[in-house]
Amino acid sequence: MSKRSDPGPQAAPQAGDQQPGVLGRLAGGFRDAGLSALVAAGLFVPMVGLVTNMGPDGLRLRFRIGGALVVVALVFVGRLVMLSWRARPRSEAVRDNRALAERLKRAGRYIAPALLVSAALLPFTDSRYYVDLGTLVLTYVMLGWGLNIVVGLAGLLDLGYVAFYAVGAYSYALIAQTFGLGFWVCLPLAGLLAACWGVMLGFPVLRLRGDYLAIVTLAFGEIIRVVITNWVSLTNGPNGITDIPRPTLFGLTFSMEGGPGTFAGFFGIEPTTTQRVIFLYYVIFGLALLTNWVTLRLRRLPQGRAWEALREDEVACRSLGINVTTTKLTAFATGALFGGFAGAFFATRQAFISPESFTFIESATVLAIVVLGGLGSQLGVALAALIMVGGLELLRGLLSWLGDQMHNPVFLGIASELPLYRMLIFGLALVVMMVLRPRGLVSGRTPSVSLGEPHEIAAELVAQGRGA
Amino acid sequence: MAYALQQLINGITLGMIYGLIAVGYTMVYGIIGMINFAHGDVFMVGAFLSLISLLGLGALGITWVPLALSITLLFAAAIAALYGWTIERVAYRPLRGSFRLAPLISAIGMSITLQNFVQVSQGARVKPMPALLPGGLTIWDAEGFAVQLSWMQIAIVVTTLSVLAIFTWLVTKTPLGRSMRACEQDLKMAGLLGIDTDQTISLTFVIGAALAAVAGLMFLLYYGVIDFYIGFIAGIKAFTAAVLGGIGSLPGAVLGGLLIGLIEVFWSAYFSVEYKDVAAFSILAVALIFLPTGILGRADVEKV
Repeated sequence: MSKRSDPGPQAAPQAGDQQPGVLGRLAGGFRDAGLSALVAAGLFVPMVGLVTNMGPDGLRLRFRIGGALVVVALVFVGRLVMLSWRARPRSEAVRDNRALAERLKRAGRYIAPALLVSAALLPFTDSRYYVDLGTLVLTYVMLGWGLNIVVGLAGLLDLGYVAFYAVGAYSYALIAQTFGLGFWVCLPLAGLLAACWGVMLGFPVLRLRGDYLAIVTLAFGEIIRVVITNWVSLTNGPNGITDIPRPTLFGLTFSMEGGPGTFAGFFGIEPTTTQRVIFLYYVIFGLALLTNWVTLRLRRLPQGRAWEALREDEVACRSLGINVTTTKLTAFATGALFGGFAGAFFATRQAFISPESFTFIESATVLAIVVLGGLGSQLGVALAALIMVGGLELLRGLLSWLGDQMHNPVFLGIASELPLYRMLIFGLALVVMMVLRPRGLVSGRTPSVSLGEPHEIAAELVAQGRGA
Repeated sequence: MAYALQQLINGITLGMIYGLIAVGYTMVYGIIGMINFAHGDVFMVGAFLSLISLLGLGALGITWVPLALSITLLFAAAIAALYGWTIERVAYRPLRGSFRLAPLISAIGMSITLQNFVQVSQGARVKPMPALLPGGLTIWDAEGFAVQLSWMQIAIVVTTLSVLAIFTWLVTKTPLGRSMRACEQDLKMAGLLGIDTDQTISLTFVIGAALAAVAGLMFLLYYGVIDFYIGFIAGIKAFTAAVLGGIGSLPGAVLGGLLIGLIEVFWSAYFSVEYKDVAAFSILAVALIFLPTGILGRADVEKV
């Protein structure tokens, strides 16, 4: 394909005489899309058009050329749409973006309270499905806010955050089962243990530069998973731990018997399964808010300012007498603490944990939420978690609802197949979002401390995660 | 002794495969300073392409092993190169000059995409393949332990060495190699001096992906079984190899690959198979902490 240099937004289109005519541009567009389709054919005909199937006498090939052709056609059409979108007059596009940014900024003031209120009121919809989905989203919001301390504030790229999540979950499960302690006693213990691991892992690796730090944390995440899988005598290996105790509300359990000492028995109401689900929802809601509150308070403390200073310029930090190692370690430990809390909650909610829940994909998801949210923005992280975790689920719900309403089998078919393509869509979405909005959804930043009136600064001016 | 010799042979074979993948990491890191996280998955795609090609050739009746292997090698390398080119074009080029995390996240997204693309298109189950070249040489028979050198291992080492020889010639003797080395030293200056840096970077990805596909074919031949997840672990190990050898250094990548292969095999043989990945990852951490420039790497000076 020929080199195509995209004109930046400031490069206004030249006067008409240098532009090729509409027909010429159309032909060029078709040629370009055709080339893309050709590349796509090279990519997808062998991988989609030929399937390796297990036959009675070993593997054999099966043809699925139709599927490959569909993908190639999709690429062709997609490229055409993309080109025509790019070809619209530039100045108009810029004005569009500015107006949109302005509107978003004004809306931003109302989004946070609106989200908070709707999150608090969600259980009153009385739909088990939405409460479960909300619990999942809030878990990721909490993880995102926890990781945000490490990546967004201190600028340390951590690809192994799931390790602390796993440590929290396993600490809770093992302590609760071995010593018979309740959720509320174990929760701080799980958090503290995760924080200890954060310090232990952080201590040797924090001298590393950004990318290297990322890979080593990734390796640590994998090590923890491999150890959990293989240390069968402690963790029961790949089979996982079952019958993890459920949380209680001031000693009241949520069992279905409904006798005295249960939630339903104490309040004299009919015991239902949704009571526990709603209780769990409010537990994670509270934990997430705690994370947010602590982060916001920490940003005003010297420690939090040291984190942000570290992110901006490590050398300057060092020359100003900030102890870089301690600063990094506290960020790592604080992030790990909240990861541990979230892990303990995960264990008590599922009542079952196994190493499969703590794969690299989880780390990647949480990191994606933080980055998509715009590194360091609390509201952005919440929005990103809502979009990444809830978005696909909502899309599926919408499609099946549409299909039901219109008796349309196509929508229903797509809706039932969506879970299969969940991670594929997730990966593609990561790439597309990075290409379109590398700075995340909320890409402005108000400084924590300033002389006089604080001004919003563009994220482009904030050095990110050089971490040195 | 005989047992150790056998492990040495196995380790070198495995190390060759890691070395081939590591070259791709180290080239890309050298030129644009990013960790191409999807590289391990390109290797996995290469393994699948090899499997498809071998099955297709078998169905067509081409069963003479050297011919089938050569066709498969070329086919897998060509298509994987196309994958490498497309990935760079779609996921990395628009982000060049963006903030540092963006390409890494995009690469992680690409890695997840490739894994799940293969899972969806080819199925999640493992794909076993009968050995193409059974048998081998017994080179030493001592105390009831026969040291085996299988034909497959010979084929792997010979192929890898010849591919690496071609690659070394490409980098050291051709105009393309010269522009690659120039870009590695100073991308901006190379651009000012008239080198088409975009094209050079593209070609770096193409070459890296082709080498990864060769590694994929070797992996398929050696283990005889692949699935969509092999790229992740192999990718991290190959990256460890690149770091250990000194990132940016091509001979270092091969050396690091050999070391990682040997360590993994000896660890499995003498300690425990379950924790072989832990051993490899710990080496990564230890290497980065105590030997951050690697064995053959240059120390980079931090400028303020």
